[in-house]
Amino acid sequence: MTEVQEAESPEIMEKVNPAPWKEVPLVLNNRSFGWVTDKICGVVESKTPTWWWWCFIMAMSIASFTGLGLLYLVSTGVGVWGNNNPVNWGWAIVNFVFWIGIGHAGTLISAVLCLLKQKWRTSINRASEAMTVFAVLCAGIFPLFHVGRVWFAWWLFPLPNANAIWPQFRSPLEWDVFAVSTYATVSVLFWYMGMIPDMAVLRDRAKETWRKYFYGFFAMGWRNANNHWRNFEMAYLLLAGLSTPLVLSVHTIVSFDFAVANLPGWHTTIFPPYFVAGAIFSGFGMVLTLLLPVRAVYGLHDLITQKHIDNMCKITLATGSLVGYAYAMEFFIAWYGANSYEGFAFINRAFGNYWWSYWIMVSCNVICPQLFWFKKIRENTPLVWIISIFVNVGMWFERFVIANTTLSRDFLPSSWGYYSPTVVDIFTFFGTFGFFSVLFLLFLRFLPLMPMCEVKSVMPQADPHGGERH
Amino acid sequence: MDIKYAAAATFSSASDLYDAAGKIREAGYTKWECFSPIPVHGLDGQMGYSRSKVPCFTLGGGVTGFFTGMLIVWFMNAFDYPLIVGGKPYFSPIYPFPVFYELTILFAAFGTLFGMFFLNRLPRHNHPVFEHPNFGKTGDDQYMIVIEVEDPKFDDDDTQDFLRNVGGDDVQIIREPID
Repeated sequence: MTEVQEAESPEIMEKVNPAPWKEVPLVLNNRSFGWVTDKICGVVESKTPTWWWWCFIMAMSIASFTGLGLLYLVSTGVGVWGNNNPVNWGWAIVNFVFWIGIGHAGTLISAVLCLLKQKWRTSINRASEAMTVFAVLCAGIFPLFHVGRVWFAWWLFPLPNANAIWPQFRSPLEWDVFAVSTYATVSVLFWYMGMIPDMAVLRDRAKETWRKYFYGFFAMGWRNANNHWRNFEMAYLLLAGLSTPLVLSVHTIVSFDFAVANLPGWHTTIFPPYFVAGAIFSGFGMVLTLLLPVRAVYGLHDLITQKHIDNMCKITLATGSLVGYAYAMEFFIAWYGANSYEGFAFINRAFGNYWWSYWIMVSCNVICPQLFWFKKIRENTPLVWIISIFVNVGMWFERFVIANTTLSRDFLPSSWGYYSPTVVDIFTFFGTFGFFSVLFLLFLRFLPLMPMCEVKSVMPQADPHGGERH
Repeated sequence: MDIKYAAAATFSSASDLYDAAGKIREAGYTKWECFSPIPVHGLDGQMGYSRSKVPCFTLGGGVTGFFTGMLIVWFMNAFDYPLIVGGKPYFSPIYPFPVFYELTILFAAFGTLFGMFFLNRLPRHNHPVFEHPNFGKTGDDQYMIVIEVEDPKFDDDDTQDFLRNVGGDDVQIIREPID
């Protein structure tokens, strides 16, 4: 009897200790605060490396293509782009949406991941925010010049024109003016505010007079005082909280440009979430494209670790799969909705006059990121970089497919047309990569590329309670 | 010529600063400040600070933005030059909602940034604490506590001894040059 009882009541432990959880450190090799400061400030304070000059000259040369393209456009007049009737939007809208989308990952990393307390974001958020700001600048070029007579671009803004007529707010294009200009402004504010403490560090280390003035001016007299940090942290959290609904709304409103129009292939309710997922997907592609070379060149392997790359690859995989789901769902709804125009628009997308662009899009956006399921591939940095380029290409084609397949095949076959870009289109778009690179290179040279205070605060030394959990 | 501004002590870790801050508050000092390269978790409570007031500025900005959006749409499309477009009403809170939404965020963001500047009394490019020879290290890996001369409990020798007792190194007086 006693033996049975013993078997039924196993030994009860006094206290259950949680299983040890091995956390991968965010900064490798037990680096000190001083090392972080020297590393990040060193990038800015050291002599300009030769490679930087070569890249800068190359980027400037590429940027001049945009300059030439726009100069030719403005001096010759509208019509030098390939836009035609019925394809009135052409590359201008494609490039605009492409660049705006790129920006979204920066805001996602800095704002959404901040709210979700994802500490790994700290070492990549500054560069991603810079990418956001520069991408939005590139995006702005296209609607600005697409108005044709660029000296009337101010008509976009809520100002009365020569006949005292105001812009009208029933149009999603007008909402877009507000969405994009707010996005650009708030991204700059958020980016700048995060930089203030780092600017103060650079100011205090500065030896040359111009540095003292430059960083001193932008540091605004920051003193690392706890009272400053208290308000700064609160403001940072609030800006993150404001940027999150903002970033979701911007691409939602960009998608309204399409979705509000009564055109088959555009007039769907799936557009806002689908565009937002696509934007984050393309943005993470661009973050990887930019940061992997930066990490290699500046030897930042202890700060941007394999864990960071893994996480970025996984987000790319997740959003890429969402985008793939959206493509499938569009097709399903086109069939299920039993609208013959909608059905035609989608068959035409996949097998019509632009079939090649559709299949480039699917292979780059849906198939390619699936490789990130495999750890071996995520650990192969050059391969990750190549896949990130494919993501960028694929997302450009997504916008091309959406804009052009629908416009070129209208309701009436008599008004069908075909769109091809002209040399001016190609020059203008190609040059924006140079413009973007010029800005990014200047950022690397003059501004702290990682938020030192944030990187330090995820290191073990930052914990005032000696590592005890509470 | 210079005048005494404060007594300063440095600390080498976040936990030393945290413990010392608690003792200084308990000792009854009121005009003092901690300096650290990072926002130290929980230090606000330890120093007896209340919650930051930045959210008030954010809210103010947001409300202003929302109504600015409403006002401009109403003024431009319904009052100053009413124009029929797409059979929609001249003014409605529904169709231009994206505009209100964006302006709410825009003004709230400005409110947040400028609220932070205002509450931190920035920009202020000169401050006596910058006279400390190692002030720059507080942005790197040093922690520092400064007790101002204006504090009613301040006493030249006692305060410096006190800072040493709570674990501070390199205790010294910060002097503010005047001319």
